Amino acid sequence: MVDLLLIFIGSALVNNFLLSRFLGICSFLGVTTNLKSAAGMGAAVTFVLSITSILVWFIQYYILEPLGLTFLQIAAFILVVAVLVQLLEFFIHKRSPALYEAFGIYLPLITTNCAILGLALLIPSKQYDLISSLVFALGAGGGYTLAMCMMAGLRQELEFADIPQSMQGPALVLLIAGIMAMAFMGFAGLAPM
Amino acid sequence: MTGSIIAAAVSMGVLGVLFAYGLYWASKKFAIETDERVEAVMRMLPGANCGACGYAGCAAMAEALVQGKVLPNACGPNGPAGAAKIAEYLNIGSGDARQMVAQVACRGNELDPRVDYIGINDCRAAHLVVAGPKACVYGCIGLGTCVEACRFDALTQDELGVPIVDAEKCTGCGACADVCPRGVIKMVPVGDTFFVRCNSTIDVRTKRTLCKTGCIGCRICERTCEYDAVHVTDGLARIDPDKCTGCGECAAKCPTKCIEPQGSVYEVRSAG
Repeated sequence: MVDLLLIFIGSALVNNFLLSRFLGICSFLGVTTNLKSAAGMGAAVTFVLSITSILVWFIQYYILEPLGLTFLQIAAFILVVAVLVQLLEFFIHKRSPALYEAFGIYLPLITTNCAILGLALLIPSKQYDLISSLVFALGAGGGYTLAMCMMAGLRQELEFADIPQSMQGPALVLLIAGIMAMAFMGFAGLAPM
Repeated sequence: MTGSIIAAAVSMGVLGVLFAYGLYWASKKFAIETDERVEAVMRMLPGANCGACGYAGCAAMAEALVQGKVLPNACGPNGPAGAAKIAEYLNIGSGDARQMVAQVACRGNELDPRVDYIGINDCRAAHLVVAGPKACVYGCIGLGTCVEACRFDALTQDELGVPIVDAEKCTGCGACADVCPRGVIKMVPVGDTFFVRCNSTIDVRTKRTLCKTGCIGCRICERTCEYDAVHVTDGLARIDPDKCTGCGECAAKCPTKCIEPQGSVYEVRSAG
């Protein structure tokens, strides 16, 4: 139980996917203009991450390793991610058209979010069992959502700030991301890598 | 070696087929019946996604049209002809469609600004902070927020920052009128009517010290008009476009030349 908690904290805070692994930065810069869409994106990514972790675990230990095909990891995992996102899109479009409208282009864009493939590749390298993989993915999703919402909140506040011209737009966002990453370094040592 | 190549091909092939079948099943199970009319109607809309109809975009508007929640004339940019086309396709009434055009109720203030405004280059911001830098607090601020709001490139600015409407390009969507913090831009029906290019309702004596081009509320136009179309209230003449016949008598007699025909701003200023 303590192990699982440590894995969760480790992937959510210590090795936050956005702020210390620097995975999935494109959505970090693109979808954080308002809090609502940032939270929605966080929820969608968390969902894809957790399903991916389960599928990836089965593919790794029941197909790739027994057949000695671990070199196919990337190809197989990309397949999983693409299919999952497509499935999610069908499902959301059918069950909640309003949410589908709100996500817009960002839903298909999850396919190319490197946080997902990063997670898929990390799970075999960490030799987690199935439950640990799922907890790892949930932690990753939680940490991603947290960082997204923090950034979105900050950017909403900055909307009316008097920002020098040379710092407007991505320049300031990247600076903020850097400072947030430094702050997250404070979590180092809280849980094992 | 050969073994692993075959194993790789087979395992990836099986995975691919499995996933493909899963997606096929999902696309059947979660299939959404789309109304083909929605797409047809969407093609008849301008596709600018200006939002003037109150819907999120042309796609949402098309859906609302097909469901009968809204009449085709709610789309300003489409104009009466476009609305009639959609109405005919959907076999419904088009509503009372009138083509609107943006008119600017200010000719610009040449006097020295009241304050030096250094800040966000946006009329709304300037209006919030110091009620705008210009001497007149009713007229055009001239920072061009309306020009940015226009999706159809119909607005340009003259040397005083006042927007110039290109009547050919203006679709009447009203986006510029919505963003103007002073309400200087008014939407009026297209026609040969005249328009008062002043927005100030401050008392006339003060107005004459603040602006050389505005309406001075002298009521000459009101007395001149034979059709009861012009009325002066709060020191500002207003023309009822429904009654105006476009005779031009009021414009000819106006001492400040503040009454101009629709579209004249574009023609006169771009020529000069």
